[in-house]
Amino acid sequence: MADEVVLLDFWPSMFGMRVRIALAEKGIKYQYKEEDLRHKSELLLKMNPVHKQIPLLIHNGKPVCESLIIVQYIDEVWNHKSPLLPSDPYQRAHARFWADFVDRKVYGVGRKLWATKGEEQEAAKKEFLEIYKTLESELGEKPYFGGETFGFVDLSFVTFYSWFYVYENFGKFSMEAEFPQIVAWVKRCMQKESIANTLPDQKKIYEFVLKLKKIFGLE
Amino acid sequence: MAEEVLLFGVWASPYSRRVELALKLKGVDYKYIEEDLTNKSPLLLKYNPIHKKIPVLVHNGKPIVESQVIQYIDEIWQGYPILPKDPYERAIARFWAKFIDDKCLPGAFKAYLGEEKEREKAVEETWEALKILEEELKEKRFFGGESIGMVDIVANAIAFWLGVFEEASGVKLLTREKFPKLTNWSHEFVSSIVVKECLPPREKLIAYFRNRFGGANASK
Repeated sequence: MADEVVLLDFWPSMFGMRVRIALAEKGIKYQYKEEDLRHKSELLLKMNPVHKQIPLLIHNGKPVCESLIIVQYIDEVWNHKSPLLPSDPYQRAHARFWADFVDRKVYGVGRKLWATKGEEQEAAKKEFLEIYKTLESELGEKPYFGGETFGFVDLSFVTFYSWFYVYENFGKFSMEAEFPQIVAWVKRCMQKESIANTLPDQKKIYEFVLKLKKIFGLE
Repeated sequence: MAEEVLLFGVWASPYSRRVELALKLKGVDYKYIEEDLTNKSPLLLKYNPIHKKIPVLVHNGKPIVESQVIQYIDEIWQGYPILPKDPYERAIARFWAKFIDDKCLPGAFKAYLGEEKEREKAVEETWEALKILEEELKEKRFFGGESIGMVDIVANAIAFWLGVFEEASGVKLLTREKFPKLTNWSHEFVSSIVVKECLPPREKLIAYFRNRFGGANASK
């Protein structure tokens, strides 16, 4: 029986992008369904009743939720090429730790940076710089977070690149000036087709955020 | 080289008891080190510099922390399967473990240990989350099926600590009326021989939290 893979997603979501990159890395054919998060589809509500969120992967009718859980599932099922997680259990635990760090720290602080003003924004900027400094330190001199090759941690973080222009604009700083190693790493990642073809243009994301701020009265 | 397994934990913490349970299910010998969280040891800070928290597992000198520990234990030591073998079942187990950690436990702890004004909302939120968990349990003996699995291990606070909080404070969260399946599951879980070895002494824990709740109320 041919595999049926469906991805419910939302184009600016850095979480959804992770799944798109993983599917591209593995060469998996799938049907992409764009969700309008203000009018969620019946399918999304039925298949992810607990969180009602994207990304949602549906593999032969069975739903998998949460981007990092989806990526691990993809890696385990389609294990014939492009391994995303290391084979060594210790390296795997290390990779999961840093992907979890990205999940817990990077999204929240980025959002605060563009969604708040004044003192709150200043505090967010300070936190943002600290968190990215920690990541830059973890990257060190390595070509990728995963070492010699692109891996799970790289995947979990690189999708935020499409949001860098938003962060720079609202935070009033330059990513290249503050985090040269991270920027060099991103450029290295963008040489991969799966990433270059997946990440939306930074200006498009910026326009999206401007619209979002208007809708939610965050100007 | 002989294997060296260290576990840095706190006797009252469900998070470090989870790791103990995973190690015991696998039959792994380990050395336990009790941490004083008001005075963290240099070793703890060395092994977990980013979050500075327990539990920390140190396997042959290499530290593993946070929610990665249980999966690591399952992957390194054969024998008792903590996660299912099937990739889809594994994804489901990971989903529910995350749900418990993200949605059930923070609210539950806030309901008892949080700011007074936040507690009522925390109770409501926890009830909603527990209701979803109750539905997931269905007619299974354990979340893992016939035997204890990762989701059961991660839910240890629900099975034991919530009951302790109730006795220490008088505030009921996990009631039989609202959550008959979870209540039954809790009894099955804490009655298991291996789990019993990985729970703190109940009376001592009640006294500990009675003290903490007393302190929280006194600071009004």
